[in-house]
Order: sequence, then C-alpha cells, then structure tokens
Amino acid sequence: MKEYRTISQIAGPLVFVEKTEPVGYNELVNIVQADGTIKRGQVLDTSDELVVVQCFETTAGIGRDSGVRFLGETIKMPVGRQMLGRILSGSGKPKDGGPEIVPEKRLDIGGAAINPYARDTPRQFIQTGISTIDGTNTLVRGQKLPIFSGSGLPHNEIALQIARQAKVPGSTEEFAVVFAAMGITKEEENQFMQDFERTGALEHAVVFLNLADDPAVERIVTPRLALTTAEYLAFELDYHVLVILTDMTNYCEALRQIGAAREEVPGRRGYPGYMYTDLASIYERAGIIKGKKGSVTQFSILTMPGDDITHPIPDLSGYITEGQIVVSRELHRKGIYPPINVLPSLSRLMNLGIGEKMTREDHKKVSDQLYAGYAEGVDLRGLVAIVGKDALSERDRLFLEFADLFEDRFVRQGHNEDRAIREDTLDLGWELLATLPEEQLVRIDREMIQKFHPRYRKKAAEESGTSSATASDLRSESM
Amino acid sequence: MVTAVDLDAHMYDVVKVGHEQLMGEVIKIQGENIIIQVYEDTAGIRPGEPVENTGLSLAVELGPGLLTSIYDGIQRPLEVLVEKMGDFIERGVTAPGLSHEKKWEFVPVKKAGDTVGPGTIIGEVQETNIVHRIMVPPNLKGGVIREIRTGSFTVEETVCVLEDGTELTMMQKWPVRVPRPVTEKKNPDIPLITGQRILDGLFPIAKGGTAAIPGPFGSGKTVTQQALAKWSDAEIVVYIGCGERGNEMTEVLTEFPELEDPRTGKPLMERTVLIANTSNMPVAAREASVYTGITIAEYFRDMGYDVSLMADSTSRWAEAMREISSRLEEMPGEEGYPAYLAARLSEFYERAGRVETLNQDMGSVTVIGAVSPPGGDFSEPVTQNTLRIVKVFWALDAKLAQRRHFPAINWLNSYSLYLDSLHDWYDENVNPEWNRIRAWAMEVLQKESELQEIVQLVGSDALPEEEQVTIEVARLIREVFLQQNAFDPVDTYCSMAKQYDMLKAIKTYADRASAAQRAGVLTSQIVAIKAKNDLPQVKFEKDYNVLLEKIYAQMEAEFTALKEA
Repeated sequence: MKEYRTISQIAGPLVFVEKTEPVGYNELVNIVQADGTIKRGQVLDTSDELVVVQCFETTAGIGRDSGVRFLGETIKMPVGRQMLGRILSGSGKPKDGGPEIVPEKRLDIGGAAINPYARDTPRQFIQTGISTIDGTNTLVRGQKLPIFSGSGLPHNEIALQIARQAKVPGSTEEFAVVFAAMGITKEEENQFMQDFERTGALEHAVVFLNLADDPAVERIVTPRLALTTAEYLAFELDYHVLVILTDMTNYCEALRQIGAAREEVPGRRGYPGYMYTDLASIYERAGIIKGKKGSVTQFSILTMPGDDITHPIPDLSGYITEGQIVVSRELHRKGIYPPINVLPSLSRLMNLGIGEKMTREDHKKVSDQLYAGYAEGVDLRGLVAIVGKDALSERDRLFLEFADLFEDRFVRQGHNEDRAIREDTLDLGWELLATLPEEQLVRIDREMIQKFHPRYRKKAAEESGTSSATASDLRSESM
Repeated sequence: MVTAVDLDAHMYDVVKVGHEQLMGEVIKIQGENIIIQVYEDTAGIRPGEPVENTGLSLAVELGPGLLTSIYDGIQRPLEVLVEKMGDFIERGVTAPGLSHEKKWEFVPVKKAGDTVGPGTIIGEVQETNIVHRIMVPPNLKGGVIREIRTGSFTVEETVCVLEDGTELTMMQKWPVRVPRPVTEKKNPDIPLITGQRILDGLFPIAKGGTAAIPGPFGSGKTVTQQALAKWSDAEIVVYIGCGERGNEMTEVLTEFPELEDPRTGKPLMERTVLIANTSNMPVAAREASVYTGITIAEYFRDMGYDVSLMADSTSRWAEAMREISSRLEEMPGEEGYPAYLAARLSEFYERAGRVETLNQDMGSVTVIGAVSPPGGDFSEPVTQNTLRIVKVFWALDAKLAQRRHFPAINWLNSYSLYLDSLHDWYDENVNPEWNRIRAWAMEVLQKESELQEIVQLVGSDALPEEEQVTIEVARLIREVFLQQNAFDPVDTYCSMAKQYDMLKAIKTYADRASAAQRAGVLTSQIVAIKAKNDLPQVKFEKDYNVLLEKIYAQMEAEFTALKEA
C-alpha cells in the first residue's frame, strides 16, 4: 500500500494531504507517525490536488513527516453473535481485556435508509414499568423516543430503570441491549456498568464507551457502530434490540467542532447546517421490517443546554424522533423520582400500541383525562399564586388537589418499582380520577366510566359478592 | 456534492455520476467546473470517475399507473426498489416511475380526422375506479388525427398518430420544476369539504386554495393532515412525506391501503399517489420530492379533477435547500436559509389554483403545506415567508394538545381569507343561516378569551351574570363543536349538515339562556341545565338526530320549568 508523505496542513482534527492518487470519499485512512504509532481517520473531501482527512484521535504527534495510507474502503464494523456481553471502545476495539471480535460479517457503518415500503408499523406495547411512560407516553417496539433532560437531572437512572424493566408482557422472544456512551464521565460509566453487572444485563448487552477524555471526533462514529451492531442483531439474528444512546448533546458538540475545523458556514448557534440530516441518519435507524422477527427500538438521552427545549439539539431531535420524554427540574427539586413532566412529553406512536387487545380498552381515554386534569390543575397553580386558594371554586380546588396527587402518586415511584400496566398504572389512574366529580370526566365516555370507575367496580363487586372479580377477570382476559 | 470538468451541461440537467451511475442534478456552473448534487450517498466515489450527462432535466413519467403508487422523491417506486435491492435503499439502482410492461385498456374519445390541440383529451383508461384521461402533451402543438387505436397497450406503445406523423403514447414526461400550462386561472369559490368541524366550519379552504399548518412538534399536525387526506372531497390525493419520520410514513403507507373511501367504498389508495422521502434518505431527493408531487397533482388537474396536495413538511424541504445552499457556500440569508427561499416557496404555492384546463374543463390543485417552526417560533423565515403567500392558516397549538384538545387548532390565531368568496356557496348549499351562526360562534370565542383574562385575575365568580353564561356557551362550542376525535369511527368525519345542526343546537341553548336570564332566572340554574350535557354524545352518534331531538325536548322542558319556578 502506497504511503504518502505529502501532509501540507494540520488544523484541529483535520489533516490535509497533497497530490495523491484518486482517493474515494469517506474512505478509511491510517496515519503513521514518525514513531510508528498508527492513527485512524476518514476522508472528508477529495479532489485531484488535495485530500482532507478527519482524524478520529488527537492529532498530537502528527507532523509533516508522518505518512498517510488510504485503505481503499469505507468504515466497516465487524459484527457477530459473540459481541453480546462485550465492552468496546468508542471506535469498536475491545476494552474489557477480551479477544478481538471474530467477525461473522463486516458491515458498512453508514447504514442505508430502510425503504419506507419495507417497514412494518410498530404496534407492540413495551412495558417499562414507569407509569408516566406506560400510562401516558407509551413506548412501542421499533420506536425512537429520546429523553430530553438537563444537566444534573437523573436521566441516567431513568434510562437504567427502563433498560432493566422493559419487556413485552407475555413475550419470551430474545432481546438485547446495545449501549453507546458518547463523552460521558468515568463516574457515569461506572454507574452504568455496575448496574449492568448487578442485574446480569451485561450478558445480553453490547457496550460502546467513548468517555469524556476520549477524542471528540470518535463520537461521530460511536453511535453508528452501535446502530450497525443493533441492526445486525435485530434483522439478521432476530433479537429485539433496545439501543440506548447517551449523550446526544456531546455528539452534536463533536459535529460542531468538526464543522468549525472545516471552516464551514455555520447554521443556528454555530451548529452545521446539515445537522438535521446527520441526526436523521442516526435516529432513523430504528424500526421493524416486514418479514423480519427482530426490531430496533431507540432510547437516546440528550441534555438540553440551559434547559432550553428550543435549542437546536432538542429541537431538531424532536422533529425526527417519535415524541420525547421530558425530565423536569421543577419536579426533581420537589424530590419526585422519576421527575418526568408529562405535559410536554409525547409518544407519537402511542395510539398504535394501546387499546383493547394490547393494553386495555380504556387506556387512551384514561390517559387523555389524566393529561387534561393535570394540565388544568397546573394552570390553576398560577391562579392560586395570585388570588389565593380561598378564591377558588370547589371544582377548581379539586383539580388543584388532583395535580398534587398526580405528581405524588402517579409520577413518583421507586427506582426498582416495576408497575404493571393494567393492575398498577391504569387502575392507579382511575383511583386518582375518582377524586374528581364524575361529570368532570369529559374525555371518557359513559360506558368506560361504568366499567372501570372504582365506584362502579366496587358496586359491581359487591353485587356479585366477590371482592375483586372485575380486576381478576381483566387480568385473565389480558394474558 | 461532486464537481465535474469537461462536461457539456446545462443547469438542472440530470447526470449519472461515477461507475455506479448515481443520479444527480447540475446545480451550479462555474467556468469549467460543473457542480452536481447527487441524489444518493457518495461514499467511495473517487476523483477521475466518469460523469455522463443525460441532457434532460429532472422529469417525471405521467400516465396510467400513477395511482396507488408509492414513490421516493425522484419518482422511483419504493415497491420496485424493495424487489430490486431488499429492505434497505442501496445506491445506483434506477427504476422507471411507471411500469413499462403493464398493459392498459385504451378507449379513444376522439376519432380519425378530429383536430386536437395541446392538452386535448384523446382517450380514457379505467385505471382504478378513477378514469385516467389520456391527453396530448401540452408541449406538442397537436394537429389532425390520422389514426387512433383501441385496445390494450403499454404506456410506451403508440395509441394515436397525427397527420404530421407525431406518435402519441399514453405516457408523457414533464420536467418537475416547470408548471404545466393552463387556459386560465379562476377564482376559488367552492370550499374543499374536509369533514373537520373547525376547518369547514370556522376556517374553510377553497378548492384550488393554499393553506399552511404550522405547528410545534407534538401538536397533532400529522394527524390533522392525515385526516385531511382521508376525508377531503378532492378526487385525487397527492401526499408528500418530505423528510418525514420513517415509522410515521409507514403508518401512512400501511393505513392508506386499508382505508375505505367513504364515497365509493373502494380503497382510498385507488385515488392516491404517495411520495415518501424520509429524513435519512438523500437530501437532494428531498428537495426534489415537492416538485415531483406537485407536477403529478397538476397532471391530474389537467384531466379535470380536483386534487388535494399535502406537503409534510415544507420546513424539511426548506431545510434541504439550506443544506444544499450551505454546501455550495452561497451567501446565507436569514438563519442560514438561502436568499431565494421566499421565491422558491411562492413559486411552489403559486402552482395551486382552480383552473380552466387546456381541454376547457375545470380542475383544481389545493395545496396544504405543513410548516414546522423550530421551537414553535412563528417568526422564523420559513413560516413568515409561507404566511405571506397562503390564504388559510390553521394554527396548531401545543398548549391545546397538552390539554388533549384535538384537533389542536387555535381558533383565535387561525384565519381563512376565503370566507368572503365562499359566502354564497354556504348560503346555497348549507343553510342561509350558516354564515351568521358562524360569525356568532367566532364572536363568542373571541369574547371568551377576553373574559378568561379577567377570570385569571379575579376568578370566575366576579364576572357579571350574563358573561358567566357566555363562558359556558364558549365552553360548549369548544368541547362539543371544535373538539373532534379522529380515532372515533363516527366523529372522524362530520358532514356540513351535521356541523350546522350541532352549532345550531348550541346557539339554541345560548338563545334560551339569555332569554331565561332576562326573565330573571339565576345564572347558576341556567348553567346547570342537564340537557346540554348530552351534546358531546351527538358527535359519536351516527343517527344523531334522534338524540338531538331528545336534547331539544329536554332543554325545552328544563327551561320552561325554570321559568315557571
């Protein structure tokens, strides 16, 4: 292989090489330092005179005396079944002291777009055991749902709890977790790894770690390696894969860093103009394909700079992902875990995964009513601040109390509390709704109220003589 | 982005790049350098690879076979792509927009010796339940027919020969960036009925009109647009998913074929063309998808059909323009968008309209564009430039969505500039009273928003008696009339007659209430009238008249009882 010693300029992570043979766009590059160290990079721009190489590691030590080898292929990821249980670096090298991965296949990490025609509609309910997700922002298989958080909020705990508890009730299909960390601290890494080891989750997980002190440019490839692995596990080995990407904000920072080094015209807040398309090429790699057994579900975490949901990172993410779970500082300050604010949260695929045969026929209505009641109660808090509680009507007072109750009982739950959708989450919802006057439950039709409202259920139970007939009937019909 | 040298090319010519023959388009010429935007991923392309010019600009194939098709942004049928290259979209694969093998039954409507001009309909093909009218391409000058054939042909076979030797087939090609010609543009004075109460009732759009749905994410924009595609009374629906989410596109792709057309009982897909370009498909194809869609819409309009075109979302389209522009290192305008953003948007919306076609029929293209302003900020350039052009604005509101008020269209910020031109139509076709009731409802809602400000400050008890009734009536309008459940089998579509009946019932309560108030009945008693509690149920009843009559009777009884007491 030809080695060029024609480096003309080095700026940040970029290396400019002159007068080469024709080099392909996106090709892999090895840069050989004078001391023999090899660093990896990728072609960003190519022409007859000049090739721009983006180095994945620090350019410290690279000089005009370094050699450049073009490998003639784009980045490929070696994948195989034995990756499960392994811990890899952000560029895919073993980090757990184990042997190199023996590839069953080598896949292009760019990942082609799934033909929309080949996709199947996601409609399988995933139970996370967290009421604010299952009950009001339901996750389904094949969905991409990010957590919008802020610095200092317990988004990692939430992600871990989801990774621990997520299951499709009644299903025994094989599942795997692919975890990609971008720019997280060593402490956060420990937190994740200890939890994985404690719960035995590591056995069916593949972990990619790019830590805070690893090169920023490597962060560009980390999520792509993870998703390539996930797609392989899902669409070739029939696993149901949950991908956790954290923290997408660090990824976007790396993108901006490279854009600046290339002297590109910056877009909003200095982020490159193509950030939307770039993020789409990550987020869109989730879904189900017709005729394939597996699925890729994506859970990405991003911290909103300054808790600003209109910041380009959450904003562009929200346009690509199918909803968002918003973690609230206010609830966190009140000491509520998980501090998920349901009002700005949303799952766009929720309606596909809930209802009669999937969760329970009253799910949508209960969720709508909880939302409406809580929104009204929160609005009233503003009013109370001005006029005081005494000026409220009886009805308003009930809604105000409902909002408090909702936060305290529905939102708040234990780190290890795994709530079942029907018996715990939905019935709890009804219990809270029962504190409101029945005629205020305008989002629920009468039939449902008659069937599920605790008042009628109790009555029905008393009449039939058995204390929990309704509940146990429901349980058995749903299995 | 690829630069080629020594290539004889014109702007917007389609070229094939590299050994893999990737499709691209010339977007800039700079001396010897020809700048090409490639529609596919360019990884691995090296300097020195050949570039071949097709000499044609990006064009779509128009003819029988369009309906029921699902295309990507450059009219490659996605179904054929799955057969050719599997579940993922690999590059370098081409597929014609129409099947060149399938035979269609061609029935001439002209005979030898007839004179035909550009746009003249020469024959018909029963494509689905829609009759596909075969026209002389508008760029031919026409002439006298020497021979016209009957029977089954592919789209490439000659069906008609003119005296001057011109051979006509059932297929024509049209460059997507050029509007198809018409005889005359007409005024839009017929509404597009959508079955959505807040749209038809309060903010109607005319056939051939333009509307924008801006909405911060999570405000139900996609659901609203899909309801429109399903229920509007246009004969042909063109749906462009431009930079859409893959899973949501799939929902459209799987839902449409299952949907039944309420008027024919046939699958809705039989009158639909879908264009799906998800956000991770190449950005250049996303930019082209909007033009591909509107050209197909215009083609059906030229046959004399009413076409509704949904573009979801034009913000993603603008984003594609911005991205391409920034790669070209063009001087950016506002927020990095190219300076020609406004011009491109207005050119696109101007292709809507109700027209007299070259064949002297009436046809229309109604354009409904979704805008997704970043952070819900309506002052950003795409929204602002769109609002300057469109006549109808359906302001989706995240706050309403959070309260689960759907469709979450804000009745105070929305507007329709077609109210005047549609006035007569409502008079004749709905009820002479309609326009007045509509104005009344708007007034109540407006009044309510003013009163709410006071309530926020001092509480509802402090309001004067009659205004407490106004608040109650406004609540009924909001919860009964404006809220509509797209997932309920009955409520998902509401006829104009039912809309009138519902609003009329609320108005009746309001009138009785103020009459009772004048007679000295207590406000608390008026507000406590039980009959109105059944009004929401009217939405979900198929034969709602029975229930409505019961409500009227009960209301009558209750008010009479109040007055007597």
